[in-house]
Amino acid sequence: MFSYTFHWNQALKALPQMLDGALITLQVALMSMVIGLALALALTACRLSGNRVLGGIAATWVEIARNTPALFQIYMAHFGLGNFGIHLSPYTALLVGIAFNNAGYLAENFRGALKAIPDTQTRAGRSLGMGPVQAFRYIVLPQMLRVAFLPATNQMVWAILMTSLGVTVGMNSDLAGVTQELNARSFRTFEFFALAAVIYYVIAKGVTLAARALASRMFRY
Amino acid sequence: MIEIQNVRKSFGSLEVLKGIDLTVEKGEVVTVIGGSGSGKSTLLTCINGLEPIDAGRIVVDGTEVHAKTTDLNKLRRKVGIVFQQWNAFPHLTVLENVMLAPRKVLGLPKEKAEEIAVKQLTHVGLGEKLSVYPTRMSGGQQQRMAIARALAMSPEYMLFDEVTSALDPQLVGEVLDTLRMLASEGMTMICVTHEMKFAREVSDRVAFFHKGVMAEIAPPDALFGAPKDPELQKFLAATH
Repeated sequence: MFSYTFHWNQALKALPQMLDGALITLQVALMSMVIGLALALALTACRLSGNRVLGGIAATWVEIARNTPALFQIYMAHFGLGNFGIHLSPYTALLVGIAFNNAGYLAENFRGALKAIPDTQTRAGRSLGMGPVQAFRYIVLPQMLRVAFLPATNQMVWAILMTSLGVTVGMNSDLAGVTQELNARSFRTFEFFALAAVIYYVIAKGVTLAARALASRMFRY
Repeated sequence: MIEIQNVRKSFGSLEVLKGIDLTVEKGEVVTVIGGSGSGKSTLLTCINGLEPIDAGRIVVDGTEVHAKTTDLNKLRRKVGIVFQQWNAFPHLTVLENVMLAPRKVLGLPKEKAEEIAVKQLTHVGLGEKLSVYPTRMSGGQQQRMAIARALAMSPEYMLFDEVTSALDPQLVGEVLDTLRMLASEGMTMICVTHEMKFAREVSDRVAFFHKGVMAEIAPPDALFGAPKDPELQKFLAATH
């Protein structure tokens, strides 16, 4: 009844190829985080600006990013925009889709972090003669970063895992893409995907542990 | 000199200050007593411009606090304030808490700011706690740190807003001792407080606030010994 013979050698032989793919995965995830963080800051600023149009755009962005499947967001970046004559390569579409998703989650994270710092902190800074920008820069922001840091690393892990959705828009150079191609050639689905899963796990876990170590160094209070 | 002239202030439909007049001379210690919601704390936050006022004026050494042209950041270097909740900056050590404003607001070099901070922290008895994070200290220690933080700006006036009200009873003494020390050094102070014994000891004058009105103001012996205002008589009877 269980007559499948494992061929791990075949998968292990492809390991260097898969590790190359893992580098691409990490690259896309990192870039999507950097872009996502910058966009999230802009979205947060828009939501705090008091301007109805800017606030509305930012709120809509956050709503869509957080309440629709990430797969659809990547699909839209590739095929959806394609309908309007905007043709993004699989790589770019994947990056755009994940950055869009990251920005939504991180903006919400920033808003929560900002709310967690009591107004009295700003007031204390102002009462010492600081201007509003100084009080934000030296008192609120450093405390905000601490609150936002670990949720942001969760988003980084999520971004790494989301890159695997790239196969659906024809991405073939990242870890999921490479694995999928190897699988298509050999039909050793279990071996290849199990090995890929281990690599994803190691990367994700590594990021989490590195972030924790960094946090305990940066936030000593 | 702080001159408060016919100051009115409302929060929505609630008028918390109904025409306050008070002049505090250089070197004077004035304490303000009264029940909750009598407007005492609001008055302090109006003096350094943290709160706007609806009518009247407040003048500090010739500068009208609420005039549009007044640089409040500059004024606040002169008028320090310490709150009931000490508002320690949790991400900074005790030393960094006190150094921050001298560095960023006064633009002092690090060494100079540190020298001032160490001096002020030693003054309030925290010379041993320089590298500690505030959350590791008691409320009384954090409150003394907040006092040192305000003093590091070399203010000419200090406003104390119920600085012992959020403290455990056994920690009140150390903070009051710090205030007594400042008073004896000639600091001009306005203290809102519920500590009657303290008010009696340190004040040149004591003001009693009731429902947004300064019902009585007099030297402590007169105010506590022979209160004239019926509300003050009731208040003192209740607090004894």
